[in-house]
Amino acid sequence: MIIKNGYIIDPSNKREGVFDILIKGAKIKEVSKNIKAKDEEIIDAKKKIVIPGLIDMHVHLREPGREDIETVKSATGAAISGGITSICSMPNTRLSIDNSENLELLKGIIKKDAKAFVSIVGAITKGRKGKEIVDMKMMKEKGAIALSDDGDSIQDESVMLDALKKAKENNLLLISHCEDKTISKSGVVNEGIIATKLGLRGIPKKAEYEFVERDIELAKKAKAKLHIAHVSCKESVDMIRKAKRDGVRVSAETAPHYFSLQDECCVTYDTRTKMSPPLRSAEDVEAIKKGLIDGTIDAIASDHAPHGKHEKEIEFDLAAFGIIGLETSLALAIMNLVDPHTKIFGVGVEGKRLSWMRLVELMSANPAKILGLNHKGNLSPGSDADITIIDPEKKWVYTKDSIRSKSKNSPFINWQFKGKVAGVVVGGKIVFSR
Amino acid sequence: MALTKSLYAKKDKMTTKNTVTWTKKDLLGLEYLTKEEIELILDSARSFKEVLARPLRKVPTLRGKTIVNLFYEPSTRTRTSFELAAKRLSADVINMVKESSSIQKGETLIDTARNLEALKIDIIVVRHNCSGAAMMLSRSVNISVVNAGDGWHEHPTQGLLDIFTLREKLKSIKGLNVSIIGDIAHSRVARSNIWGLTKLGANVTVCAPEKLIPAGIEKLGVKVTNDVDEAIKKADAINVLRMQFERDKTGAFPSRIEYFKAFGITEERLKNAKKDIIVMHPGPINRGVEMSAEVADGANSVILEQVTNGIAIRMAVLYLVSTAKKQRR
Repeated sequence: MIIKNGYIIDPSNKREGVFDILIKGAKIKEVSKNIKAKDEEIIDAKKKIVIPGLIDMHVHLREPGREDIETVKSATGAAISGGITSICSMPNTRLSIDNSENLELLKGIIKKDAKAFVSIVGAITKGRKGKEIVDMKMMKEKGAIALSDDGDSIQDESVMLDALKKAKENNLLLISHCEDKTISKSGVVNEGIIATKLGLRGIPKKAEYEFVERDIELAKKAKAKLHIAHVSCKESVDMIRKAKRDGVRVSAETAPHYFSLQDECCVTYDTRTKMSPPLRSAEDVEAIKKGLIDGTIDAIASDHAPHGKHEKEIEFDLAAFGIIGLETSLALAIMNLVDPHTKIFGVGVEGKRLSWMRLVELMSANPAKILGLNHKGNLSPGSDADITIIDPEKKWVYTKDSIRSKSKNSPFINWQFKGKVAGVVVGGKIVFSR
Repeated sequence: MALTKSLYAKKDKMTTKNTVTWTKKDLLGLEYLTKEEIELILDSARSFKEVLARPLRKVPTLRGKTIVNLFYEPSTRTRTSFELAAKRLSADVINMVKESSSIQKGETLIDTARNLEALKIDIIVVRHNCSGAAMMLSRSVNISVVNAGDGWHEHPTQGLLDIFTLREKLKSIKGLNVSIIGDIAHSRVARSNIWGLTKLGANVTVCAPEKLIPAGIEKLGVKVTNDVDEAIKKADAINVLRMQFERDKTGAFPSRIEYFKAFGITEERLKNAKKDIIVMHPGPINRGVEMSAEVADGANSVILEQVTNGIAIRMAVLYLVSTAKKQRR
């Protein structure tokens, strides 16, 4: 297969411009100008942007256990239509991914149903109860790429330190959802004027950044690798910036909603604006963007969280936290981060806010590096042929009917976007085209 | 921002006479009303109050209409007031309270509302412990929804009857100094009063122990103090909130005695106030907690007049929402 005349953006090889990509089997063979075709299939990518397939580090598959709201099949279908070729499945499924049996079960489902590459994030503690640490050696051997208790953030500092030490011994990455539940309590929206107006219980930013600070300190002590999930507030960004300067092995992600929406969006009690951490203030949104631009935040991950109608279309206080995001992640990043006036097919590629190069870093190259997926996130010869082709000029509307996820809990329904995925290659095969 | 639109946008239709017509199918909160709309309710309530003074206290205004009082929280006073208001307007009334309905069987709020709509009900009056419940209902049905108190969010008819009482006593709200004293953080009465009073041009002060002042409240255009004497000093009126000890799970509350000492309204305290200061309370009163019995029954108290005015306000609201054409959706 040859992808011809695409505008290639490949941060790992610092390559940008019009090139052809030759794919043999499941691997990239060659990237250069004017590759001569013999009998290969040719994909015309003229006027399209061609990038290493996007990697989403934070996805809730809901399977096994909640196949009524999402499955490996439906989620990976949604992923590829959003240009995402690799995802990490978070372990807070009904059957907790904390033992070899459940891990094998999930691996079996993935092998059978997945349309994209799925890496498994296992739990840190049994039942994600924050007490007894799982058998990390076994989890690693069975193929867990990282460990996290995600929403069931480990409250006990000594357990977290112990986990980080064991993760270091096993060379595993720990992903931390930073939330001090003694502070967030039963809060549902960001603490501040919006919560006050709405008469809803607030979640102070402190609930997040105190644990960001705690986990950075613990990671430093344990000399372990720590990845901070879905950073939402200014203070967290500042702490991570400082930690990186101090040489701590910390990386961080944010989700598209934290740079696209703010707490003011909650004023109609639309439960599609209810997430954990909550949407923050305008000041925080700016800080997140700054962190994305200056390299403090390494990755954009969707935190795709499907919920059924009966769990979301109820009273705000009672509704589940989280939104789906696989199909809007890239579009929101383009809309809110990349300067819309950027000329891709010219010299002025550097955007007002951030360049396409940086965007690809955030959504593909960096997640690959953080996860140690060396053959992904780049277009080097020998790497996996996971490729996303984008039509940057294509205008489109995200409609409810078009959603491929089994759940429809998105606040972005009927939003207009510019820049749409035109084709996706996973393991050398075209898995999606429109 | 795309998600924030709709609610505030609706401008009133102004006729050539510069009078306001009511266009909203619902009453969800005073935040969402204009000054003119609030005044329209107050003016209509004045006419309905006259009805209450007649020997036969009934008008045929809503004959043939059916109103459901959908109450998810225990309430005697507000429910009775709404029921009376509906009956004075000749509407049929059904009371649905949490203990006695399908609410207990796990039906969702939206399902309950849609069923009521299918039963050809005209107006749902809803009281709910979750903030935003009334707004959620209003989005899911075409019939009118009147908020009778949602969580800590708003209790618009209480705010309106407080303002009505003040206007009756002091003619105009503009320029009045009104202090709201008590648990501001968890009070829907406080929020409705703040929106309504500030829209009509009053200077509002809120006064509570620091832990019961919600974050950012000053951005609503009110002064904040922890000193009750300060709050009373220049006030033309004080609205003293009920301390809901029974609901305190936060541990933010002082003890009853501590609270009375620091914030309780007593005759002693009122000596430093304007002589004809108006004392209001939404009820039910904890005598000896937020105010002394002497003050509650004293010459400055308008607490029982508030109760009467409540019926007039609710008649006005039920009447006005029933005049609105279906618009939203």
